[in-house]
Amino acid sequence: MSKKMHITLKVNGEEQEFLAEPRELLIHTLRERLGITGPHIGCETSHCGACTVTLNGKSVKSCTVFVAQADGADITTIEGLGSPDNLHVLQTAFKEHHGLQCGFCTPGMITRASKLLEENPNPTEEEVRFGMAGNICRCTGYQNIVKSILAAAAEMNAVKEAAE
Amino acid sequence: MKDEVTTRESRVDALGGMGCKRKRVEDARFTQGKGNYVDDIKLKGMLFGDFVRSPYAHARIKSIDTSAALALDGVIAVLTAEDLRPLGLHWMPTLAGDKQMVLADGKVLFQGQEVAYVVAKDRYIAADAVELVEVDYEELPVIVDPFEALKSDVVLREDLVAEDGSLPDGAHGPRKHHNHIFTWEVGEKEATTQVLDSAEVVAEETVYYHRTHPCPLETCGCVASMDKVNGKLTLWGTFQAPHAIRTVVSLISGIEEHNIRVISPDIGGGFGNKVGAYPGYVCSVVASIVTGVPVKWIEDRMENLMTTAFARDYWMTGKISATKEGKITGLQCHVTADHGGFDACADPTKFPAGFMNICTGSYDIPTAYLAVDGVYTNKAPGGVSYRCSFRVTEAVYFIERMIEVLAIELNMDAAELRRINFIRKDQFPYKAALGWEYDSGDYHTAWDKAMKAVDYDGLRAEQAQRVEDFKAGKTRKLMGIGLTHFTEIVGAGPVKNCDILGLGMFDSCEIRIHPTGSAIARLGTISQGQGHATTFAQILATEIGLPADSITIEEGDTDTAPYGLGTYGSRSTPVAGAATALAGRKIRAKAQMIAAYLLEVHDDDVEFDVDRFVVKGAPEKFKTMKEIAFAAYNQAIPGIEPGLEAVSYYDPPNMTYPFGAYVCVMDIDVDTGEVDIRRFYALDDCGTRINPMIIEGQVHGGLTEALAVALGQEIAYDEMGNVKTGTLMDFFLPTAWEVPNYETDHTVTPSPHHPIGAKGVGESPHVGGVPCFSNAVNDAFRAFGLRHTHMPHDHWRIWKTANELGLHG
Ligand code: FES
Ligand code: FES
Repeated sequence: MSKKMHITLKVNGEEQEFLAEPRELLIHTLRERLGITGPHIGCETSHCGACTVTLNGKSVKSCTVFVAQADGADITTIEGLGSPDNLHVLQTAFKEHHGLQCGFCTPGMITRASKLLEENPNPTEEEVRFGMAGNICRCTGYQNIVKSILAAAAEMNAVKEAAE
Repeated sequence: MKDEVTTRESRVDALGGMGCKRKRVEDARFTQGKGNYVDDIKLKGMLFGDFVRSPYAHARIKSIDTSAALALDGVIAVLTAEDLRPLGLHWMPTLAGDKQMVLADGKVLFQGQEVAYVVAKDRYIAADAVELVEVDYEELPVIVDPFEALKSDVVLREDLVAEDGSLPDGAHGPRKHHNHIFTWEVGEKEATTQVLDSAEVVAEETVYYHRTHPCPLETCGCVASMDKVNGKLTLWGTFQAPHAIRTVVSLISGIEEHNIRVISPDIGGGFGNKVGAYPGYVCSVVASIVTGVPVKWIEDRMENLMTTAFARDYWMTGKISATKEGKITGLQCHVTADHGGFDACADPTKFPAGFMNICTGSYDIPTAYLAVDGVYTNKAPGGVSYRCSFRVTEAVYFIERMIEVLAIELNMDAAELRRINFIRKDQFPYKAALGWEYDSGDYHTAWDKAMKAVDYDGLRAEQAQRVEDFKAGKTRKLMGIGLTHFTEIVGAGPVKNCDILGLGMFDSCEIRIHPTGSAIARLGTISQGQGHATTFAQILATEIGLPADSITIEEGDTDTAPYGLGTYGSRSTPVAGAATALAGRKIRAKAQMIAAYLLEVHDDDVEFDVDRFVVKGAPEKFKTMKEIAFAAYNQAIPGIEPGLEAVSYYDPPNMTYPFGAYVCVMDIDVDTGEVDIRRFYALDDCGTRINPMIIEGQVHGGLTEALAVALGQEIAYDEMGNVKTGTLMDFFLPTAWEVPNYETDHTVTPSPHHPIGAKGVGESPHVGGVPCFSNAVNDAFRAFGLRHTHMPHDHWRIWKTANELGLHG
């Protein structure tokens, strides 16, 4: 066991401070230490994307980030995207278009999609498929996930236009 | 009058019952990260278990030294077979009538086999301790080829050889060799040989359905919590069959069944992976009993791929005969089935090769014979039904490849060959040569609809042109047209011939109507993404006339749910769905009596109408189900007990037989082996459709898993028995980038014996999809002399096929 490090994180807007072994994986910090169980573990090798969070503005697979590397970071998980009374457009769109089945990939999917739509508010279907290729779903065959994301993009753009 | 009609329609709409695209009630929690999967469970003082696993595929264990591990701070215990032996738990029974080591008892039989179980304060310490356990192995000769296994002197399972060297019978009869498990025969051997010998045309082929894995996104795991104060064991886990797990745990632990509570929380996909009982469950239960605190075990992805529940691995050699005109006269199939080190196949007891005898497919084949030989090798045990009903996908793959090979032999169009051999609509119920009685079907209608939808003749013309262009050097891409007509057999099953470990494969539903007109229904099944909470409420809404939104569906807790055999093999809708409808009808029957009492007429003078009982001929006189529910709890009605509850256990009279017609169009780059799926058309007939949105989702998902299996996904071993595909780097799971958009379509042929006519759909697209993709690849090369090439059709193998056919110049 190596010496513990002093870590500070901001997760979903809340400051967190604790001592941890530097080798602790960020996904375990979130899930076990902080009780934020939205992000899941599907592989621990960066392939499946179930553990996707937004870290300092980038989509990151939290299973392959040491908590030591994340020290000082600003992190958003699915829990920070919307609230029961104020759902994120993507959360509504996934339900509306049947973009999930077992739900295990869903938090990572939606978190990644939220970032994708920030980077590219008007993606083509191809761009969605490419931009989501780091997130595996075993249930849906992606068709309705892609549909959900495109619908959410349209909706977000419509809201933006109405506001302008 | 018009008003009355709209009102009735709006009442129907308000129910959200069968046939509507009801949005899923599960989604709110999943989209907000509030699902409750097994690894989300956190209990006070909970410990973590982790396995020491064998790096060798076949070795004797000379010694295990746990001292260094035990000395590590935070390590509570290290269990080996020696610790389990006094409890009789070092071996456990498998679902297939064999037994399996829980922890290596003197030897290991496959790479990744469980050797010791470490219990520690957190997963990091457990992982450190695993590294510190010293195991001294003596390597033994490894057999990964089932044909070699049947010839080899090397005995894999010494425990199954008597002292005098003789071979006691196995669970399925006599064994021919020490590495042989069983022979299973169905059909008429002699008669089939005669038909084949005297046939005008015979096609012969060996078709290998490679080993693969269901690989749900969530791996397997459990939390065992023994409460020593009240003597109760609670076991949460990724169980597709929680009640069966409770019974098994009781049988092997000796804890009385009422003191065991098994809970399947949210499950992150199953696809067959989560049907079996694994050493991790047993060790966690033992560890919790020993330590008195909860113990969690979650396998990692590598462990999942290497050890829990492979699928397929069938070598199928077939002969199919026909007249010159293409009328099929006979079919023979011999399977060499690689079961790995232990026979842990998840099949109903009487079916050691599952429902492989559905391999006559959608065709009227008068004479057939099937024989399956199960074989031990140094590979992981399993043999689960990966998104299919008990070996049905193997059967369908086999027949759909044989049809294509026969078409080549006859120099005939494969679509036409299918068409002239389909079982006709008027032949149902149809007794197949290998024993099953197909309940219903209308194959010609489905097929013709599919051919028309894709403009089949146009596709063939385009393909012929492409071949010309290719030969003329104008293109390097070939075009493949994959066809499949599948018949599934699902909904296991009738208790008279289907059981698992002696437990009949019925299922159940219990309904309680609350006084204010809402309800809870509990079932013996468990959703793993199929949306049961949504669809079963729809069935009930239609049956009992209360809105689906007012009905809670609960599954997965053995303390509250009625006994059932769980969810796999597309059995939930055919079996539990039927139980739900019938329990609903019991509610309705009592409601009718209450309504009659309230309306002051005879029972027979009221009739059910959407959400109410009306007086016959006087529709203005009625009592809604909501009113009836209230009356059931607040009125003393002579001769009727208070309350409104019902339970139904449904033993299906027959299986159901969903079918479908699929077409895949792909371009294949001959120089890179890359495949571009241009079009995939899927017509499914699953009988009555409960929720079209969910059906479509199931089809998309099943087809994508089919694409994976056909085009690259495999569990591969080297000759030393090392797993070559143990991570998601090597094990192919398609991403959004590789997957096409699918076109879905349907016909509706209700099951005549199912209370609502539904047949089940979750697995059809996988069962039908695999041969369809594979047929497309094979078809692309038909013009160049290819008869058959094995799956998975990854780029390298396709390139090799092209190369062997001389297409690289
Ligand atoms: S768990 Fe992080 S990518 Fe799979
Ligand atoms: S919904 Fe199950 S993995 Fe995506």
